[in-house]
Amino acid sequence: MTSLGKMVPYLFKMMMKKTDTVLYPSVEAKVPDKFRGSLKFCPEKCVGCKLCERVCPADAIVIEKIADKQYKAIVRMDKCIFCGQCVDTCNKDALENTAFFELASGDKASLEVEI
Amino acid sequence: MSKMIVPLGPQHPALEEPESFTLMLEGERVAAATVALGYNHRGMEKAAESRTYVQNIYLLERICGICSHSHSTCYVQTVEALAGAEVPKRAQYIRALIGELERIHSHLLWLGIAGHEIGFMTLFMYAWKDREIVMDILEMLTGNRINYGMNMLGGVRRDITPEQGQKVLEALDALEERTEYYKNVILQEQTVAIRTLGVGRLSREDGLRLGATGPVLRAAGVVKDIRKDDPTEVYNELDFKVATDEHADVYGRTVVRVTELMESYHMIRQILRQIPDGPLSVKVPNRIPAGEAAARYEAPRGEDFHYTRSNGTDKPERVKVRAPTLANLAAITHMIDGGFLADVPIVIAAIDPCFSCTDRMVRVKDASSGRDDVWNWDKLRQYSIEWHKKRGQDLGYRI
Ligand code: SF4
Ligand code: SF4
Repeated sequence: MTSLGKMVPYLFKMMMKKTDTVLYPSVEAKVPDKFRGSLKFCPEKCVGCKLCERVCPADAIVIEKIADKQYKAIVRMDKCIFCGQCVDTCNKDALENTAFFELASGDKASLEVEI
Repeated sequence: MSKMIVPLGPQHPALEEPESFTLMLEGERVAAATVALGYNHRGMEKAAESRTYVQNIYLLERICGICSHSHSTCYVQTVEALAGAEVPKRAQYIRALIGELERIHSHLLWLGIAGHEIGFMTLFMYAWKDREIVMDILEMLTGNRINYGMNMLGGVRRDITPEQGQKVLEALDALEERTEYYKNVILQEQTVAIRTLGVGRLSREDGLRLGATGPVLRAAGVVKDIRKDDPTEVYNELDFKVATDEHADVYGRTVVRVTELMESYHMIRQILRQIPDGPLSVKVPNRIPAGEAAARYEAPRGEDFHYTRSNGTDKPERVKVRAPTLANLAAITHMIDGGFLADVPIVIAAIDPCFSCTDRMVRVKDASSGRDDVWNWDKLRQYSIEWHKKRGQDLGYRI
């Protein structure tokens, strides 16, 4: 037999519990250990092979030579999908995903950054 | 009785996805219904031809935000078949684990949406609250809540530690208890019974004739599941039942999905018990040998199909995707026919549609001459920019 209000007892029970949502951004949001956030570049390790550039599915990373054996990485944060494929592909461990994710910006140009 | 034609969609016909239904009404009843698709063509198959096999994993994973792992697994299976790569057992188990977790999150999401469509908002709120348990688990294992990025050609990218396995088991206990609760709510709550029993009927014969798939077909009593019919090695080693029901209506589809949730918990426990040690991947070359391969995968919404043709380079010559919603679309109009107008949203929602994953082509027709026209990418893009500009939206496109 069916009847109405089957979830009502549960609702009363839940009224005694604290809320499940958090007041982000006034409360800090936690991300897991292996979260794939914005990228970090280690210029000492990079050998300029540009494998990361070639593998990137979003065309988001560019490695530029600044001097002999010195490179810088420029990432278009608006294009990057934070897949971490560049990190996996780099044989020299020069790239890394960080836990940082608060990248929103009102100015698109500011999303092109040297990391 | 006079007839009236009511357009439903393309904006938000039942869910926040574009699809256009035209309903011919006789009073409150739908006398005839048609569906028009093609509102969210994203050109993914074409885009796949200009990307490498590795890049395509990420592209094709984004066909669907919910069955993302289904699409990427189905695609990598075709490429691995072409390359003759033998995926290590451990990697296959991890793929199956993520696949079943994805099914859990998808079915809980659907349960909430079904509650929302029948005006049972309490069910919607709490089902989604409990869905967060599995979302947290997926985030812990893969690093992302959706678009997990677990697959690579030849295996998986991340391992699972025993501690993580333990956390998954704890989460399963909580989820199982909650699912048992929802099962009772569905079976005993009058709101659910009144709004779903006998609504959107699709008989066994019609389901098979119209090519329906997934829970929609299983709710009509057809035992059809790729995990049983065309299993990978892992599913062969798991003990599970294909959930079916005889109601053949929205109620039956609800029961099937909830039963599948229970089966998935059962399967994940086995996966975690049986998962062998070993490597996570084998090497797959950048250039894939020429040939063609197809793969099937039981996504939460039904059978997903991928086809890849290689010409020996590092980019595929052709990629073809058939998402499960396309298979169920033909059945939708049949299910709406003869029903009440007020039931249309829940009938549409009951196939668990993903309209945006479905569209594979658009046909451009010159309105004045009626002739087909071929537009290249630049022309389409220019048209889109001007269309938005005319409406005062300069999206500031950058090449
Ligand atoms: S793959 Fe690594 S080493 Fe090569 S260019 Fe990129 S960051 Fe540098
Ligand atoms: S994380 Fe992915 S999208 Fe972003 S730069 Fe690296 S490869 Fe490209």
